[in-house]
Amino acid sequence: MSDVALALGGASFDGLVKIEELAGQGMVTLRGDLTDKAIVKVVKDVFGVTLPGIRETVFAGSTGALWMSPDEALLLCSYDDAQAKADDLATKLADSHALVVNVSDARAVFQLKGSMMREVIAKLAPVDMSPDAFKPGMVRRTRMAQVAAAFWMDDASTARVVCFRSVAAYMFALLSTAADDASAVNHFTR
Amino acid sequence: MSTRVQTQGRLINRNRPVSFKFNGALMKGYQGDTLASALLANDQMLMGRSFKYHRPRGVVASGSEEPNALVNLGEGNRFEPNQRATTTEIFHGLTATSQNHWPSLEYDVGVVNNLLSRFLSAGFYYKMFIHPRPFWKHIYEPFIRHSAGLGKAPDAEARDEDRYEHFYAFTDVLVIGGGVAGLQSALTAARAGAKVLLLEQTAHLGGRAPVDGGTIDGLSPEAWVEKARAELDAMPNAQIRTRTMGAGVYDHGYVLGYERLTDHAPEVAGPRHRLWRIRAAQIITATGAIERPLSFAGNDIPGVMLASAVRDYLVNYGVSPGDRTVVVTNNDDAYRTAIALVQAGLKVPAILDARPKGGGALMDEAKALGIRVETGAAAVKVKGAKRVHSVCRGVQAGEGEVLEEIFCDAVAMSGGWSPVVHLWSHCGGKLTWDADQAAFRPDHDRAPTSHDGNPFVIASGAADGAFHLKDVLQNAANAGKTAAGRVGVEEADSAAPSGDAPDEAPLVPVWMMPQGAQKKLRMKAWLDYQNDVKVSDVQLAAQEGFESVEHTKRYTTLGMATDQGKLSNINGLATLAHALDEEIPRVGTTTFRPPYTPISMGAIAGEARGEIFQPIRKTPMHAWHEANGAHWEPVGHWRRPYAFPKSGESVHDAVKREVLATRNSLGLLDASTLGKIIVKGPDAGRFLDMLYTNMMSTLKPGKCRYGLMCTENGFLTDDGVVARIDENTFLCHTTTGGADRIHAHMEEWLQTEWWDWKVWTVNATEQFAQVAVVGPNARKLLEKLGGMDVSKEALAFMEWKDGTLGGFPVRAYRISFSGELSYEIAVPANLGRAFWDKLIEAGKEWDITLYGTEALHIMRAEKGFIMIGDETDGTVIPQDLGLDWAISKKKDDYIGKRAQARSHMTDPKRWKLVGLETLDGSVLKDGAYAIAEGTNENGQTNTQGRVTSTYHSPTLNKGIAMGLVLNGPDRMGEVISFTNGGEPAKKARIVSPVFFDPEGEKQNV
Repeated sequence: MSDVALALGGASFDGLVKIEELAGQGMVTLRGDLTDKAIVKVVKDVFGVTLPGIRETVFAGSTGALWMSPDEALLLCSYDDAQAKADDLATKLADSHALVVNVSDARAVFQLKGSMMREVIAKLAPVDMSPDAFKPGMVRRTRMAQVAAAFWMDDASTARVVCFRSVAAYMFALLSTAADDASAVNHFTR
Repeated sequence: MSTRVQTQGRLINRNRPVSFKFNGALMKGYQGDTLASALLANDQMLMGRSFKYHRPRGVVASGSEEPNALVNLGEGNRFEPNQRATTTEIFHGLTATSQNHWPSLEYDVGVVNNLLSRFLSAGFYYKMFIHPRPFWKHIYEPFIRHSAGLGKAPDAEARDEDRYEHFYAFTDVLVIGGGVAGLQSALTAARAGAKVLLLEQTAHLGGRAPVDGGTIDGLSPEAWVEKARAELDAMPNAQIRTRTMGAGVYDHGYVLGYERLTDHAPEVAGPRHRLWRIRAAQIITATGAIERPLSFAGNDIPGVMLASAVRDYLVNYGVSPGDRTVVVTNNDDAYRTAIALVQAGLKVPAILDARPKGGGALMDEAKALGIRVETGAAAVKVKGAKRVHSVCRGVQAGEGEVLEEIFCDAVAMSGGWSPVVHLWSHCGGKLTWDADQAAFRPDHDRAPTSHDGNPFVIASGAADGAFHLKDVLQNAANAGKTAAGRVGVEEADSAAPSGDAPDEAPLVPVWMMPQGAQKKLRMKAWLDYQNDVKVSDVQLAAQEGFESVEHTKRYTTLGMATDQGKLSNINGLATLAHALDEEIPRVGTTTFRPPYTPISMGAIAGEARGEIFQPIRKTPMHAWHEANGAHWEPVGHWRRPYAFPKSGESVHDAVKREVLATRNSLGLLDASTLGKIIVKGPDAGRFLDMLYTNMMSTLKPGKCRYGLMCTENGFLTDDGVVARIDENTFLCHTTTGGADRIHAHMEEWLQTEWWDWKVWTVNATEQFAQVAVVGPNARKLLEKLGGMDVSKEALAFMEWKDGTLGGFPVRAYRISFSGELSYEIAVPANLGRAFWDKLIEAGKEWDITLYGTEALHIMRAEKGFIMIGDETDGTVIPQDLGLDWAISKKKDDYIGKRAQARSHMTDPKRWKLVGLETLDGSVLKDGAYAIAEGTNENGQTNTQGRVTSTYHSPTLNKGIAMGLVLNGPDRMGEVISFTNGGEPAKKARIVSPVFFDPEGEKQNV
């Protein structure tokens, strides 16, 4: 489904960083014991990734897994595959104690690109964004200002931010405000 | 007069003149001036009037401790009261006005309070305003409001034009204060590899050292500061932020920093203030020390200043407070001021040193410059009104006999120095009394402790009671080393640069000058300038039995003004101790609370203003609602359409139209906001049996059941329809506002009480857009879309099914909150808008009508369905609402069951739900009370019930209401009266709450 109806129709902003609402992202919530070998195996079968360690991410091409809590992972795939993969995962986990839910439509995703990406996030999230504390391969499930959010880094200057669909407009305005050109802190880049 | 001198002024740029306005007069200063230094340079010594007596007041200090020089700053949308002139950097076009005067600063009628001062003594407010009661409102309050108060409140219509933001930072070591101590601590810790962040509240590093002199490793302090800054700047693990105050220290190393980005340059774009929200493993408070005033009569007359401030204005800004300055002191440090003044070509007629033998090397230096030094001397009183005229000299050991009148236009006083222990104390750091220096300093054995019981704050330099330059630097290096050790980097080198400065003779504590001052002198000796508290007030409080320093503070208002007693606290409690014949450490200090100085409300709010003041949650159909004239209603953080008035139609008429169209044909409601929580696991049924009052485990897959949730105390907290998806899976609908709360409630019980139950939950609210298709033609519309069988046989009332409709993947629930034939159709959120559009297009032939929350409310009320938040308010149990049918008798337990068995909950006198119909068909007022016989002990009319929901029913064309009434269900047909006060009571008949289709024939077709 290439014409996914995004919450903001693909909004973008250029400031301290470039902010873009990304096209549909397949997301499947898995609740279960992330160390259970049967669960780990099935996730590997269906999504092609192992389950990540605490506050970590694992990616394999277009699929991936984000640590959300000791008993919750967010599995990523293409938007079009999400329902089928969720159904497949649920079926294969029928004998395990696990809950699988397709949440692809419940979210909005923004990309932040630019050298000031760390700083823009550090204005909004109570997270240590210094390069030695947060780097690619990590995820934070936290809040940004007044709403729940999660984010991870694709590379040294690119991050993806996920929030609930209903607050997509708030999140976009929030990120754009924090990325105002005149508001550089120069805390991480001097 | 005060004026600019031709020499000195290390912080100003004489090539960059700056013009500004004070009380409408155009004045000139230089770039680098503070408002206080610029006003002094313009001979504006009088800067404000005091709070209670409207006494003329001039600037007394040079930093954030300033109590007197508060101004209204800016105009219109940038107006701010109570800004300290001493910390305001001037800029082109600055406008300031003085505060608390009427009609003008120079001529103030309020000064008459002066004459009444004997009636405005300690505890005046408490003694005076108790009786007679009516006087408060009509006499006292207007009087106080007119004559007291400092700055003006901003205009009610003004809107702050500036932007603000927050910033989260994490560091190993946070150093608060950029004087030589802070710099040395930062260097020591950073050299060992610790990540260091240093905050300095002013625009300049170095603190007092460049003014006070001496050498550091053979360099002038200024040169050493530059070197230290360069070294820190070059280190990737160190960072300095100037104009950033450490405002407060909180639990677990949390610190608020207050960065003032554009206060000194409002033309610059970007945020005005930035609130730093810092987590530090270790905090070093290198916050320096504050000089204490001396308590002598007339110590508040403009021109009497702290000795250090006189020196600061001269050295930093090239401003002299007067041609002839008398220095009054009990310590050696103030001699530096005398020396600096004379070296600048100004006169010091005398130094009055309270110590019988005077001071050490600095005294000798002063004498060598030809300055007259009187030892064992006291300033008995200062004469003058709006300006110092003379100092009357006496002996410190005496009671105020005047030996000589010394003419002068300024007085530099010093009562010794108090370490700034505020930030050490914010989070529980304790103090010890240092008798030698007559000051409280941090007690290293009782530092603030973190989550692990280990200390996390270290005091450095003067803030730790190390006053001499060589002690300061070693103390600071030790602090840096301790911090580095605690954060686990390599062992730091505690070597410190060598500080060199003249040795100083010990001070002699002076809490009253002269020590035996008579009452008329004590009544003019100010402790707290801003709140007009005098020595005699504190003594009176002690005499009246106030022994606790905290009580005395509140009784006298000592230290309660915007400066929080930075100058007055120690003198005040020493005075109290003296009056109580107690030791000073036994009296103790009042509590130090953050922030160190006031921070702006804007900084606290951060980015949250305008569009992003609060998140507004929007459903996938939100844009359609907006485009179709929705009249909005906030529900939780959501915006839901209340109604869709057509052009020219009133909201009331729209609601009426929406109800009738839905009842008669077809209505559509955006129900996406309802909570949808998926609960799965072998113990899911058992879990829901505990959460809901009724039995959920017996529900068959494919079926729906309405359920009630209560709190532990038995009160109704949420309701909704539960659908059983399969053997192990349920979907729980919650109220719009309840989704997050109920999900958290579920998780809390699962994680804390029933952690061994096998249940998972996911809040899937936003995955789906949900549309209620309601009315006699609802089925026809869905059949027209086609895809799944929605007949009564295939999908009966209170059943659900997955399928497709019009090509959309849907889950259809046969549930009804309106009493009509009704389906709620869930589709993936991204398809919500397209599905919605399709329904509207296909529904045209039945004149499909969009309805909002008010029509929803009316239709549910017509059916007697309760609404969480209307019929419930946190004090209502299901039994009150006649919902006993939804409370399982078979279950051993559910959350709230035991509470509902308490005697008050089973009291037959609890008000119960009934329907109410006015006799004349009009609408009862929401919240109106039913009147009962007699009055209660407060003389109020007794009540016997209240209205919980009330509407005009378009269906029945009359007012209908629900309410809780004493013995209500047993009183059907009885007429009682309702009023919400003020209006004539209205008669209403008690009826069944189900007004429409009591048999439920319409929904079950």
